[in-house]
Amino acid sequence: MRSMINAPKTARRGEVIEIKTMISHPMETGYRRDSSGVAIPRNIINRFVCTYDGEQVFSAELFPAVAANPLIAFTTVALRSGTLSFAWTDDLGHTETATIEITVT
Amino acid sequence: MRLWLRCCLVVYCLEVAAVVVAAAAGEISPADKRSGLDFVSPETRRLQEDDTSNPGMLWVLDGERLWREPAGAAGAACAGCHGEAAASMRGVAARYPAFDPAAGRPIDLQGRVNECRSQRQGAQPFAFESQELLALTAFIAQQSRGLPVAEPRDARLRPFIDNGRRLFRQRLGQLDIACADCHDDRWGERLSGSLIPQAHPTAYPLYRLEWQALGSLQRRLRNCMIGVRAEPFAFGAPELVDLELFLMQRAAGLPMETPGVRP
Repeated sequence: MRSMINAPKTARRGEVIEIKTMISHPMETGYRRDSSGVAIPRNIINRFVCTYDGEQVFSAELFPAVAANPLIAFTTVALRSGTLSFAWTDDLGHTETATIEITVT
Repeated sequence: MRLWLRCCLVVYCLEVAAVVVAAAAGEISPADKRSGLDFVSPETRRLQEDDTSNPGMLWVLDGERLWREPAGAAGAACAGCHGEAAASMRGVAARYPAFDPAAGRPIDLQGRVNECRSQRQGAQPFAFESQELLALTAFIAQQSRGLPVAEPRDARLRPFIDNGRRLFRQRLGQLDIACADCHDDRWGERLSGSLIPQAHPTAYPLYRLEWQALGSLQRRLRNCMIGVRAEPFAFGAPELVDLELFLMQRAAGLPMETPGVRP
């Protein structure tokens, strides 16, 4: 899995900031079969969580209808300088994480 | 008798008129040349134009890593010989496929990457449509973004461009349709709800929402062949490279867009 985060590096206190995240993942639905007719097991990212200095500010549950390489965009309020952490967890139990720093003035 | 003659004359005139119309519908004039991006929805266009929402960038980032990673028996990385891709690879994708003197025929970008792997790095060539090959070619082609596709000047390419043009106009498959029937004569019209573009391969490898992945121009060409119920050429077949070469020559002047996003 490889992820990309787009968020402002600096913001004013109280400002609403938009965060865009994208991650490479096949989001295999579990409904497909391979060329020999064997069902391909489901493997999707089923949960996404964003924490701001340890406090959860956004989370999402994902389902098989979500396309591959999901793009998730959301907003939060810039409260203080700190770390935004992102975690994507898939059906195989693998969790991909990413962090960014934000400076709030 | 005179009436019969007159009928023949009318029919003949109609035929001449039909031929003239067909010729006029033929090749796209330079003023009408438009990127495939002009035929997609505003939402898809926005995906392509913002790197942070363009899923093709995931492959480009992978390609950047592969560019620096030593591979094969020689333990050499692409960057070891070519240095910074931003300088050394700028404009390269805009002039491929190019003539390969060793093979005596044109070679496309993915062919060149694999040739470098087997001959310089001493590594196994990447499989067609593998993550690695798509990532490296996307990274290399992205260095040419914004540059116009170059008109091929190498005279040795002539016969291969001509063969590509012949294949483009060749009716294929159970539907008996040539590439030109749609992409020269009916661009801007609809094929089962989708706008028919002009088939300029300026954004490859590109992310198709239908594929949910990045894919090469060869994959796209094979898709169209399957669509007209023809037996597609195998990946890497000389016919596909000739078609790629002809299409790039036909697109000359349009800006490179890799990695593109299409429906």
